[in-house]
This record gives sequence, structure tokens and C-alpha cells, in this order.
Amino acid sequence: MKKKILLLTLALTIALCGCTGGGNKGSSSSTDKKSIVVGIQQDLDSLDPHLVVAAGTREVLFNVFEGLVKPDENGVLVPAVASEYKVSEDGKKYTFTLREGVEFHNGKPVTAQDVKYSIERNAGMHDQELLISRFANIDSVNIVNDSTIEVILKEADTELIAYMTVAIIPEDYKEQSSKPIGTGPFIFDSYEIDNKFVVKRNDKYWGGKPELEEVVFKIVANTDSVLLDLQAGSIDIYPYLTDDQAKELSDKFNIEVGNTNLVQGIFLNNENDYFKNEKVRKAMCYAIDKEEIQAMVSGGNGTLIGSFMFPGLGNYFNEEVIDDYEYNPEKAKELLKEAGYANGFEFKMTIPNNYQFHISTGEVIVQQLKKVGITVNIELVDWSVWLNDVYTGRKFEATIIGFDSTLAPNDLMRRFVSDNDKNMCNFVNAKYDDYYKMAVETTDENEKIEYYEELQKILSEDAASVFIQDPPLLVAVSKELEGYTFYPVYVQDMSKIKFVD
Amino acid sequence: MNRKKYKIGLVFGIIITLVLLVTVIVSFFYLPYDPDEMNVTQKFQAPSAEHWFGTDNFGRDVFSRTVEGLKTTFLVALFTVIIGSFIGTLVGAVTGYFGGIIDEVIMRINDVLASFPSMLVAMVMVCILGRGPVKLVLIMGVVFIPSFARVMRGEFMKLKNRDFILSARLIGCSHWRIMFSHIFPNTLHTLLSSVAIGFNNAVLVEASLSYLGIGVQPPHASLGRMLSEAQGYFSYIWCVLFPGLVMVLMILGCVLLSESVVRLKRR
Repeated sequence: MKKKILLLTLALTIALCGCTGGGNKGSSSSTDKKSIVVGIQQDLDSLDPHLVVAAGTREVLFNVFEGLVKPDENGVLVPAVASEYKVSEDGKKYTFTLREGVEFHNGKPVTAQDVKYSIERNAGMHDQELLISRFANIDSVNIVNDSTIEVILKEADTELIAYMTVAIIPEDYKEQSSKPIGTGPFIFDSYEIDNKFVVKRNDKYWGGKPELEEVVFKIVANTDSVLLDLQAGSIDIYPYLTDDQAKELSDKFNIEVGNTNLVQGIFLNNENDYFKNEKVRKAMCYAIDKEEIQAMVSGGNGTLIGSFMFPGLGNYFNEEVIDDYEYNPEKAKELLKEAGYANGFEFKMTIPNNYQFHISTGEVIVQQLKKVGITVNIELVDWSVWLNDVYTGRKFEATIIGFDSTLAPNDLMRRFVSDNDKNMCNFVNAKYDDYYKMAVETTDENEKIEYYEELQKILSEDAASVFIQDPPLLVAVSKELEGYTFYPVYVQDMSKIKFVD
Repeated sequence: MNRKKYKIGLVFGIIITLVLLVTVIVSFFYLPYDPDEMNVTQKFQAPSAEHWFGTDNFGRDVFSRTVEGLKTTFLVALFTVIIGSFIGTLVGAVTGYFGGIIDEVIMRINDVLASFPSMLVAMVMVCILGRGPVKLVLIMGVVFIPSFARVMRGEFMKLKNRDFILSARLIGCSHWRIMFSHIFPNTLHTLLSSVAIGFNNAVLVEASLSYLGIGVQPPHASLGRMLSEAQGYFSYIWCVLFPGLVMVLMILGCVLLSESVVRLKRR
């Protein structure tokens, strides 16, 4: 009895101590070695850059691999492994000149042969199947001379350059998925499943060596405990804070605000009994108050969207559709009545449990849909389960997630093409498929923009899903660091981070 | 002297448990706010006359959520114990009374189940069966069967050779009748104290599962779920303090109650 009371008191004391929050220990980075710890939200799905599916893996591997070109912070593609490139007028021939003196992390120089291999591998000409569907259009990759390479296409495609960010890897290197080798500013050091991914500085990097000597990407799948880690100083940089978490940290960290360049939405399985009815989908759109979501979850930050594209893609982004569905619960109820669900219905919303932002969004949505009579049951699942069942298996009713993109807009838009293997929502619309084909094939930039805007309009008109926002990216950066750079694509660039003197 | 101490314990135990019980019952009919109702303008309000326990990151009333969470946790624990003790008693009665090969087989299965930490078994079963309050109760109920079965088996074994059972057998009572009319009433006080302990464990397992995100699903409130959510906002201490305190009280009340009853009876 005495013992039990003692234990209880002890437990209570510990709980209370925990509340005062983490102690005042300094940042772990204040050692001699210039090493920092960056928190990431999920485990990596592959170390082979060509086989990566998850946005969360690409953002990390950006530091290790480079393509012929790579995006800069303004979303412009700049030469990387190539020093320059030319696209022929008919859009069928790309010519790349390789940069001199670029070396792989194993010390071997990058040859035209390696480039040819890397591109062909993604086109399905080597050990893998077709990895980038767009590359099916590649007719041949020709080595003109030691430093010049030509990519010949079957049909014109002016957007292909955005895919030339694909990693250049050494030919015939078999251990890419366990000891990856690239050309980027950081060299792969070690990887522990579900724990961490460590990279070291590439002293021979062609673009000048980074200041950081070592970066540890720590996988913190539990979004709740991240705050404790940050406050205790065991993590120096952490993106994807919720607004409330950011407020909590503002005295110890610099909070940088940017865009995540994701399309966050409630993605509806269009084959589901409820959601195959367009009226139900529209009702969902009207029933959701996106501004309230922003106020609740992202502190009023973030950019509203109306279709499957985010503003980071510049001209292609169709602003007109943003307001297509003004919050209107009455109209939603009416539509539900017309669809035969006057008393509402009930569905399951699957959310990966490592994304607090999506979970919080989900909680707000449950409340909003309740007002029009729709009952939502949230089911939290592990990331791997989500990838397997929802993303690949399409066994879901609705889910909340964010989609990233390369700088080529079709990267997003293809996800709603009827027969595309990435069409998670099972959306079918022949008109959409036609426009998509035209958008991809045209060589005229203005026409392309027009077609893409039309595609977004169709998605919005058909209410293919509920598109919410491009969420704000709130990044906690230790006060000892500077140079955190936002990109219009989903990456974490560590090469620009410096210590404050 | 000691007796007095346990009497005080008993009184406190009764008071705490009664207060919580009444709160749960009242919560079925009345709560000051809808526990899931959000309000942007009311985020993170400190405790006040309007919001006794303050509000959380969605502007939800923490008092209402704590009570709702108490209700969830209480009901889950209660049904868990009911399932666990009912089936556990049946299993224990059969194995303890008959013995022999049935006893061997069932008790070895029981041992296998019991040899894994109950949390682990619960987690695996949640992954297989899925989530939801009803499934949670079923899963936890199954997890709690072995401990009840073991205790009841011991009692039945102890009692089955006593003279009054032998005489019952002599006058031709059926096994069923002997087991549940003659032996069972004599095991009641043991059963009750293991129910109290089981209830506490159930509260903790529910809280842990929900804390880990595999028990009660958001936005529904349970004490563990609330602690897990509040973890991100320690400077708004009321979000974590009150659910935590209520959980401590719940367990404390139950421990005081069962402990005092057992001690007082023993003298």
C-alpha cells in the first residue's frame, strides 16, 4: 500500500517535471565538428534514387544525387552534371554538354557512358522496368563524344527537361540500394532503418564544398515527441511544424516560413459507392471550410488551391478555380439530398500517423462534415501501410495527404489520367485524358499553359477530390544556423546551411 | 491502529471512485460543451470560469474533453474487465474443477498468451483486427482473460476437494451446479479484488494504446489520446495536466478501495 502510494506520487512528479519542458541544454551542434541533426518525418523507402517513390525520401537524397540539371530556389532548372543543354526546335532532340571535372563519390569521373546508363535505366532499357513513364518516349540516347550526349525522342516533348533532374549514377554499380553513390554535395555515410540517414561532406564537390561536415537525418516518426527532441536540443532543424508547435519553439529557434509545394487535399476514391456520385463529391467540397482549416491548423498561413496544382508551378497554376467552391453547408446538404443521402452517410478516412499536420486537418474536417450530416471515422495507419494499401493498393475510401511534384506540371496532372498507374483516386474522364495528351505533346508554351489550366478546371468542375491548400512550411532552424533555403520543389538543401559566427 | 488507516483509505477510495462514477453518469446527459466542438477564436485559453480546464489547440473545452475521455477510458476498462473476468472465470472453473487433460491443454494455451506482455499482444491484435472502440474492448478483453483464468483456476482447485463439495457430489448435484452454485460464491472476494486490479491495468493499457495512437482514434477523446495530443503543447500545461490528474485519481481510487477492502476483511 505504502509502496503503491509512493509509486503514484513518483509517477505524478515525473509527469509534472516533464511538463516544465526539457531543460536548457544547448544545441548538440555546438561541438568542434560541424555536424547537425535534421529531423525528417518518415523512413526512406529506397536508397536507390531511381526507385524512390516517397517525396520524403527525395527531399533527403537531393543532397546526395544530382541530375544533368537541378532546380534552384526560384524553380529554374540550372545545369548541374551538364554544363549546358540545348533543346531542338521541334522538341525531339536534347543535347547535353557534360561539366568538366565532376566526380562520383567513389572518385571516378562522370563519363558520358554513365549518363547514358542513368537515363536508359529509367527508360527501362536495363535492369529495371520503365521507371519514369515519360521516358517511354525516348528513342535513343547517343554519345556524341566524351562530353556530349544526345537524347532523341519519338514524339515532341518540351517538358522532358524537368525530368533530367533524374540522378546520374555510375554504370554497373550494383550496390546503389545499400551504399548509394552520386555526385551531390554530400556523400552517403550510413543508414539505419527507422533511425537515421547520415551523410558526410563531399570535399570535391564541383560547386564548392558545403560548410557542414556531417548531416544526420534523424527519422522521427512520432510527431508528438519531436517537440521534446527540439527543446532538448537533439535536433537542429525540423521542417513541418504545426503552427502551434512553431509558437512553442519561437524563443529557442528561428522559425522560417515558406511553402511546402504540396497539394494537400482529401483524396476520394472515385470508385467508392458514395464518391462515385459527383454530387456527393461536390457536396464534400461545399461542406469544407478551407479557411477554417488554415486558421485551425496552419495559423492562417498557407495558400488555398482549387485544383490539383500548387502556386509554385508558376504560370501553369490556374488561379480561377480557387473559389469554385465557396464554403456553403446549405448547398452541400441540398446536393446530398439530391444524391439520395438526405440523412448523410458514414465513411472512413485513412491518414498516415506520422503526419501531424494531416491528422489535425482531419480532425477539423470531421467537425465540418458533421455539420452536413456526414460522419467521418479517422483511421490512423503506419506510413508503410498507407503506401501499401492506399497509395498502391487503392483500398481506401478517403485519405488526407500531400502530393509533391517535379517542376514539370504533368507530374501532378497525370495522377488523374484514367489509365495512369498513379491514378490513386480512380478518376475517369475522357475529356481530361484528351487534354492531358495535348498538353504534353504541344511545343507551344502558351498552348501548354492553356491546356494545363483546362485540366485543372476539369478536376475542379468534376470535384475529383477536395483540394485544400499548399500548406505552409514552418521550419525550426537552430539559432546557430543560417542559410536555410526554400525551393519550389520538395527538398531539404543542406549545402547552403552555415553556422552563424 | 492499522485498521484505522485502512478505514481512512476506504473512505477516500469510495469518495474518489464515487465522484468519478457520478461524473461519468452525468456526462451521458450533460456536458458544458460539445467535446469535439472547435472554435478558432478560443485556442489555448487558460482555465477560467468559462472553461474550467482551459481549451486546447482547436479551441475545444478541455473540461468537457477530459470528462468525455474519462467516460471512454472508464467504459473501455469496464467492458474489458467484464469480458476478461467472465470468460476467465469460465475457463478457470472448467480447468480447475475437472483438471486432467483439459486443464493441461487449456492452461498451456493460457500460459502462451500470458507469456507475452499484454501491451504487445494488444498491439499485434489491433494491427490484425483494425481499430475502433468496440474492437478495442474485444481485444483488451481477450488479453485480460489469462490472468483471470489463472486466479479462478487456483480457487476452484482449492475448493473442489473440500467436504461441502464432496457432500454436494454425494447427493448427486450436477457438475455445473457444483461449480457455480457451490464453489463460485466462495471465490467472490478473490474475484472482486482481481477485478479491481484488472480494471486498473485496463485503464493503463487503454491509455497506453491511445497514447501510441492505436487505441481510440482522433478526434474522439480518451485520457491517453488527450495526453498524446497535449504532448506537443507543454507550455499550455492545462492540456496535459488535467487528463493526467484524472487518470491518476481514477487509479488511486480503485487501488485504495480494493486494497482497503482486502486488508479489512483479512483481520
